[in-house]
Amino acid sequence: MVGILEDKDRIFTNLYGLHDWRLAGAKTRGAWNLTKDILAQTPEWICEQIKNSGLRGRGGAGFSTGLKWTFMPKQESERPHYLVVNADESEPGTCKDREILRNDPHLLIEGALIASYAIRAHTCFIYMRGEYVLEREHLEAAIKEAYEAKLIGKGNIHGWDCDIHVHHGGGAYICGDETALLESLEGKKGQPRLKPPFPAGAGVYGCPTTVNNVESISVVGTILRRGAEWFAGFGRRNNSGTTLMCVSGHVERPCNVEQAMSIPLKQLLEDHCGGVRGGWGYLKAIIPGGSSVRMIPAHEAETALMDFDSLSSLKSGLGTAAVIVMDQSTDLVRAIARLSYFYKHESCGQCTPCREGTGWMWRVMERMATGEAEMKEIDLLLDVASQVEGHTICGLGDAAAWPIQGLFRHFRPEVEARITAYRAGRPHVQGATLAAAE
Amino acid sequence: MSVRRLAKEQPASFAFSKETMEKVQWWIAKYPAGRQQSAVIPLLWLVQKQEGWVSEPALRAVATLLSMPVIRVFEVATFYTMFQLEPVGTVAFLQLCGTTPCMLRGANDLKKVCEAKIGPKNHRSADGKFSWEEVECLGACSNAPIVAINDYYYEDLTPETLGKIIDDFAKGEKPKAGSYVGRNTSEPIGGAITLTDPSLYDGSAVKKITRLPNLPETPKEETKAPVA
Repeated sequence: MVGILEDKDRIFTNLYGLHDWRLAGAKTRGAWNLTKDILAQTPEWICEQIKNSGLRGRGGAGFSTGLKWTFMPKQESERPHYLVVNADESEPGTCKDREILRNDPHLLIEGALIASYAIRAHTCFIYMRGEYVLEREHLEAAIKEAYEAKLIGKGNIHGWDCDIHVHHGGGAYICGDETALLESLEGKKGQPRLKPPFPAGAGVYGCPTTVNNVESISVVGTILRRGAEWFAGFGRRNNSGTTLMCVSGHVERPCNVEQAMSIPLKQLLEDHCGGVRGGWGYLKAIIPGGSSVRMIPAHEAETALMDFDSLSSLKSGLGTAAVIVMDQSTDLVRAIARLSYFYKHESCGQCTPCREGTGWMWRVMERMATGEAEMKEIDLLLDVASQVEGHTICGLGDAAAWPIQGLFRHFRPEVEARITAYRAGRPHVQGATLAAAE
Repeated sequence: MSVRRLAKEQPASFAFSKETMEKVQWWIAKYPAGRQQSAVIPLLWLVQKQEGWVSEPALRAVATLLSMPVIRVFEVATFYTMFQLEPVGTVAFLQLCGTTPCMLRGANDLKKVCEAKIGPKNHRSADGKFSWEEVECLGACSNAPIVAINDYYYEDLTPETLGKIIDDFAKGEKPKAGSYVGRNTSEPIGGAITLTDPSLYDGSAVKKITRLPNLPETPKEETKAPVA
């Protein structure tokens, strides 16, 4: 056994696309098995089971999926209910939903049907990021098969009418935020909405809506088939289940893999990815949960576990379980400056702290990367970062601030040394220019 | 935010082709009555597939079709960076991911290849056949570095393989998308070391379960869900 999870306990059995992703292949791997029995139970039973399984949303925030479903109104009024699946995967480092969409689309479709029933919705929209063209072709084909086999749609064999539609976006990271996604689904700019009202009260078209990540929805069928205790049996308390982990950056063999929660980070990298390039001793820092969380240095990575609690105790986060590994050859300041550019580029422009702050932070980070910045600007930068953090409608402001805070928390001397080195041999540094002004 | 403006030179008119119009109707039918505005992003995408880019007359045509104010369509077209507001390379349009995970794996070296073979970014080559731009995370980080060429992902690239791909496009060939280090999707290089248990794929998963776990004790009929 590689890692801490056996093959028989993996949910995504076609993760690498080595087998048939179409309906026939998916069925031999167990999809659509007993779905009718599941839908013969009450929605409350389904919500209860998912709650008991300890499934926490896999889109980054980690909110209990079963609990989220119970926020929907218990009776359908004249306003129909909607399920919206968030397949707008664009967090740097994250590439798990892509594998589900193109290699195991039927798990997603089945989960969408069950979840729609649990929240009493007859329509489900799957919002995919626009760049996933091949993935969209696969998903559209799989949905067509499911309609033809009467697994979904009006008058299907499961007894709950449910239409599933694919929608796609236009390459905006911000549409991964649930309310921005709903705006985009309505055909507007993807600018997040103020909450409350929460989507469960007024979501898409002003109707009760639940927004879930692709992975959260895709695991539902298997959890119900194998039992909540089975899923809850993996990982530490409050961090249960299995999850897809994406490893990128400086490892020998970057890959995606499904593992049990709470696997030691070091074991994940060594068992599945051939270890850090140049050996564990050559490791510098790891961003363990997608670009929006703070990095952890090598000595903390040594003992970190891949779960919500362990990583948040290190002032980082599990996020989407997307591990970005950086070895000693990495210019960390440059790497974080590039992330700052990403957030500057993706800010929707609605809230002033984020619109102005992300650009400002990026420009300062560029000067930090060359060393042109002044020493006192470090504290100014951290001050501005903390003023952006928590003062915006959505989480993008926080996400832009955290990578910078993580850098200075652990590697401030490195930046200071660079600033000093830039000045060495220069009698006077004045009017520092922008390295990458655009 | 990124500042995006419509191109200075615009064509005189735009018309939907017959094939595009069929797809347009298919998209509009997905949304509830009166909510056809939802289709604006897919429609602009179809326009871009037909013309190669999104021109001002096309924006006006989409607005008319969806009964939207023109400014709302302008907003959408300039907000979403996937919409090309100027003509792009007709043979190959490269979108090179430059965000940190790709950067760590050598995206900056790929930029040099593009500059040498095509020219500066955001400009078409002299013959109009090629152009490239740097984009933000494409979401295939385990296969970094990635370049999306004409919508499909070319993964695990090196300067040599990217150079060859561009040359092949120039020769009129269509190089295969996917990984260029000989691996399937995002498995580790050298072959998958998980999901190797044959019993996962022998069909035994089809009828294994006879009864769902944790079913309530009461008969199903009494707890029957609300009527569909």
